[in-house]
Order: sequence, then C-alpha cells, then structure tokens
Amino acid sequence: MVRYELSDEHEAFRKVVREFAEAEIAPHASDWDRRHHFPVGTVRKMGDLGLFGLPFPEEYGGAGGDFTSLCVAIEEIGRVDQSMGITLEAGVGLGINPIATFGSKEQKQRWLPDLVTGKALAAFGLTEPDAGSDAGATKTKATLDGDEWVINGTKAFITNSGTPITSLITVTARTGPEEISSIIVPAGSPGLTVEPPYEKMGWRASDTHGLVFDDCRVPAGNLVGERGHGFQEFLATLDDGRIGVAALSLGLAQACLEASVDYAKSRVAFGAPIGRNQGIAFQCADLEVMVDASRLLTYRAAALKDAGRPIKQAAAVAKLYASEAAVTATRIAAQIHGGAGFIEEGPIARYYRDAKILEIGEGTSEIQRLVISRGLGLPVA
Amino acid sequence: MRIAVCVKQIPDPAAPYELDPETHFVVRPEDQVLDDTDRYGVEVALQLAEAAGDDASVTLVSMSPSGSLQGIRQALAMGADKAVIVDDASLRGADALTTSRVIAAAIGREGYDVVVAGTESTDGYTGVVPQQIAEVLGAPSLTFARKVEAVDGKIRIERQTQAGYDVVEAAPPVLLTVTSGAVEPRYPTFKGIMQAKQKPIDTLTCTDLGVTADNQQVITSVDPVPARQAGEIVEDEGEGHLRIVAMLEEAKVI
Ligand SMILES: Cc1cc2nc3c(=O)[nH]c(=O)nc-3n(C[C@H](O)[C@H](O)[C@H](O)COP(=O)(O)OP(=O)(O)OC[C@H]3O[C@@H](n4cnc5c(N)ncnc54)[C@H](O)[C@@H]3O)c2cc1C
Repeated sequence: MVRYELSDEHEAFRKVVREFAEAEIAPHASDWDRRHHFPVGTVRKMGDLGLFGLPFPEEYGGAGGDFTSLCVAIEEIGRVDQSMGITLEAGVGLGINPIATFGSKEQKQRWLPDLVTGKALAAFGLTEPDAGSDAGATKTKATLDGDEWVINGTKAFITNSGTPITSLITVTARTGPEEISSIIVPAGSPGLTVEPPYEKMGWRASDTHGLVFDDCRVPAGNLVGERGHGFQEFLATLDDGRIGVAALSLGLAQACLEASVDYAKSRVAFGAPIGRNQGIAFQCADLEVMVDASRLLTYRAAALKDAGRPIKQAAAVAKLYASEAAVTATRIAAQIHGGAGFIEEGPIARYYRDAKILEIGEGTSEIQRLVISRGLGLPVA
Repeated sequence: MRIAVCVKQIPDPAAPYELDPETHFVVRPEDQVLDDTDRYGVEVALQLAEAAGDDASVTLVSMSPSGSLQGIRQALAMGADKAVIVDDASLRGADALTTSRVIAAAIGREGYDVVVAGTESTDGYTGVVPQQIAEVLGAPSLTFARKVEAVDGKIRIERQTQAGYDVVEAAPPVLLTVTSGAVEPRYPTFKGIMQAKQKPIDTLTCTDLGVTADNQQVITSVDPVPARQAGEIVEDEGEGHLRIVAMLEEAKVI
C-alpha cells in the first residue's frame, strides 16, 4: 500500500521552507505584485535552499529527494506568494523535468547543474495562439537543415521564458506531418524573439511571454527524447506538473483558511467577533474541509509518483479539486474580510486575483474532467 | 581543525513555557527545538571548517534530555558532522557550574581546537556557561564576537563593545562566543535534513565522563513578569498633549 502521510523529515523540511518563505518572500510579495517585478535575487536564494533540485539526482547537483518534498516546497512558497510558487513549480515541473526525464546524457550534463541549483531557469513552450487545450494542433514547425533544426512559429503564455536567468526553452514543434517533437532552444538563439511580458490579472511577479521563432536555428542534437514522441512526452510532463499545481492551490487555500479564521476571531461587528455568526463560522469550517481534502489528494498523488505507480487519474483528480477549492477559498476569504478583502493593502485581494489561473494552467478544469472521464472508461469525445 | 559547538535544545519559544514547581526549571517536552541563538554558533563553526578544508570536523556538544533529538537534528541538518549528548537523570536542574564541567568533560573527551558557543541560552539566561567551560578546559575565551576569522593559525575576532569593537586573537585551543550579528545562519536543505538522519549521535552519562552533579546554586523562587495593565485612552479635545506629557513625566520617561 502506498502511504501518503508525510515523514518527520518532510515535516522538518516544511518548517525550514515556511521560515524561509516568511522571512524572504512574504514581506515583499505585495510589492512585487504591484510592480509586476520578477525578483531574480529571491529566485537565486530559493536555488541556494535547493528547491529547484529537490526530486533530481545528486549526480547533477540535485537533492536526490522525492516528488513529495517538491510538493511541500511548492505548497509553502505558494502559501505566501503564488507568483514565486509558480516560478518554482513551472521551473521544475515544466522546465527541468522534460530534460531530466527524456534528455540525453550530454543534455543533462550541459543544462541540469545550473538549473537544479536555481542559477538558471528553463521554460516549456507548448501552448500556441491557436493550440492550447488542443495541444496536438501545434503549428510551430521544425525542419532539419544539415545538422541544425530550423524552427518557425509562435508560442503563447510561456512561464519563465524571459527572465534574466532563463537558459533554455524546450519547445514542441511539428517535425513531420503526423509527428510532434521537443527541441531545446537556448535563450538568445538567433531567430528567437521574446515578446514583452503580458499584463496579467494575477501571478504578476511571475514571468510570462509570447515567443516568436523566425528561422530560429539550433543544433540537431537539441532534440529531446525521441523524434515524433513529443506528444506522449509532454502528456507525461503535464501529469507530473498537475500534482505541482495541486500543491500550489493547496498553499493558497491554506493561506485563505488561516487569514479567515484570524479575521473571524478578531473583527468585531454588532458587539461580537464576526465568527460568532454561524454564517461566518461555517464558511471557515468549509475552508478547513477544502484544505484537508486538497492536502490528502495532493500528497496521495505525490506518494503514487514516488512509488512509481500510475498517476494520471490521481494527478487530474488532485489538480481539478484543489484548484477549484482554491478559487472558492479566495472568494470566501474575500467575503469574510468584507471591504478589507477588496483593497490591495492586505493580501486577500491578491489571493483572489491569483486563484483563477489555477483552474486554467497545465490543463483547464474541463480538460481534467476529460482525462478523469476517460480514466473511467467513458466514451467521451 | 576540530571544532566543537555548544548547542542547546529548548522548548519551542512559540509555545508557552511551563516551570517545574519544585526546581523552578523549565519543563522539557519530548520535542525541543534548537535554541535560535545557537544557529549563529553552528554557522560560525561551519564557516571555520569550510575555510580550514577537508579534514576539519564540526561536533555538536549538548547537555540535555535527548527527547526526540529534533533540535540536535536541526543543527546536524545545517551541516555539522556529529553530535555528543550528555543525558543523565542526575543532571536535572544542574546549575551553571555543573553544566560547564559536564560540557567541558564531553568536549575534552572528543578533543578540540576551537569551541564555539552562543552568548547565552534563550531559556536559562545565566550567560556564564561558555566562559566557565573555557576556564575548566584551561583555554582562553574570546567573547561577544561580531566577526570571526582564522588568520595565520590563530582565531581573530571583533569583540562587540558598547563603544565599538576590539580586535582580539588567540591561538587554539580557544573558546569563542558569537553574537547574533556575526553571521547569517544558513537554512538546512532537504539533502541536509535527510543526511542528518544518518549522522552519529553519541549519548553519554556522567559515569562515561567521570563527572558528578554537584549543584551549589539553587533557584529559590521565580516571579513572573507582572501582566501588562490596560492602557489609558486620552480623548483629545485640544488639550490631549498636556495629559500625555504629564503621563510621560509620571513614568519618568521625560
Ligand atoms: C499565466 C499563464 C502561464 C502559462 N504558462 C504556460 C507555460 O509555461 N507553458 C505552456 O505551454 N503554456 C502555458 N500557459 C498556457 C495554458 O496552459 C493554456 O492557457 C491552457 O492550457 C488553456 O489553453 P487556451 O488558453 O488555449 O484555452 P482553450 O484551449 O482555447 O480553451 C478555452 C475554453 O474552452 C475549453 N475547452 C477546450 N477544449 C475543450 C474540450 N475538449 N471540452 C470541454 N472544454 C474545452 C477550455 O477548458 C476553456 O474553458 C500559461 C497560461 C497562462 C495564462
């Protein structure tokens, strides 16, 4: 049986990451959000703490830890700042994971040491203006010209793709009529244009850009995994990533629970703490249930991953439930905080803005329901 | 270079303390945490060891009920190599001099070039143990270091004073106490936490060390800090400042 209780070491690690997050990130989160500022120095400190190397082998400078420890880190960083949480989640789950899982020995030796120590960041470019949920509709093309791939096309919404320390973007591209492959595009490659950052509703301190490839040339050896296997490879990458997004969602719901209970105890209206009203207290009770359920689903999926068991269904279930719970949790927290929940002086408004993307990124809620329905053997389209 | 670091496990300062009504000592729960002030000592020791190179070692020395060893593991996770704990029922309620003799015996048994300690513990506050350890060991003590470096085979510190700082140095064997301004303690990594599980922790008794508890100091009573009184709200109708000035004068603040 796979156990999904956290070990003493995971709990000790949670304390360390919480202390780090509260000292190094929490005091600045609102300011970075307001200024749409990506704090490179803080990302480097997260690297020093080993967060980007958690599930990767020591051979490449990783911690030789497990996926569960990564989820603990994402949850705790996400509890104080969703932007830094997604920077970590996407950096590891989308950036490093494809290279660590499918990359050649040379690719791992060249790229992993800086990535797992947080000295560099990697991005994963799957989504295009006309291919999101339907990623198989990818239009970006790569053709082999001698010993180089020549890439043409456009990618949209790519996290960590334009930071000062971005070292590479793994892009999916059509390498034949019926085949999609993944190719490493080093940052600064000729023919690659990183567009100005998007103006986003949330995740404002996280780095997101559109990318344009105009006869962008990279060495033939930059193909990741097998030619024509890009589709299966990114589906596997996304399964892992969904557990990470569940952990990020859990961190946000946990923050809402803590803030709401505190406020319900301390805010006085009609001569008593507002938590005296069942209408408020019961909403806090609902938050507790959502957090508990998200936690169990997230760490069950992580434990299955660590045990080498199939995760597709468990990852989709965790991502779907935890992200929808996080959105509900921010709505409840804002309601409990009244006007104070609507202004940007406190963190609640930021939580509210940060939540929505959790139901969209790395597979929308509809796509999770599609995956789960298929897992049930339903003949859904 | 063999470096010994004095560390203490204390009850989590975030939880309310309970005192034993008989000994007036803090009741020690199973799970204790590393005293925050000791993190600076551990960091200084690790930095000295890193500068000294491969054969340097950092050994934690602690006198306390072992409990779950959670606090000791925190310091091992930062990077110390091993730990020696003196855990003996006869040491319950030990005074500062007994504590110093016991820790000095444990350090002497291990062998050392440098002993690092914080300036005082957060739960006991006697502030005399490190200097007494140095005395028992017959080593010079460099105290209140705000900066530590190894230079030409000597340990050189900047000693924090009221007026500024003194530069003081001594050749090992030497003991130093470090202030919280000296260094920025590192966070343990997950790798460090996993490695800490495997690191040796020796548990010794008084018999192992050939020492006996000989308490000469007794805490006769403990008075709690008086609870804070409710403040007074001054309604300002143009004259509020006068009342506030009068209050400050009464309190002899101005
Ligand atoms: C801030 C941010 C960061 C991102 N980071 C990355 C990144 O790093 N890398 C990357 O590759 N992508 C990234 N994305 C893209 C993200 O994964 C996509 O936006 C997401 O997958 C949805 O695709 P879409 O926007 O094209 O929406 P669409 O696919 O056009 O979907 C529109 C709506 O239709 C629904 N829908 C579509 N198909 C079906 C169906 N079969 N059944 C039912 N409903 C359906 C969707 O659920 C959605 O509600 C990011 C997006 C954002 C906003």
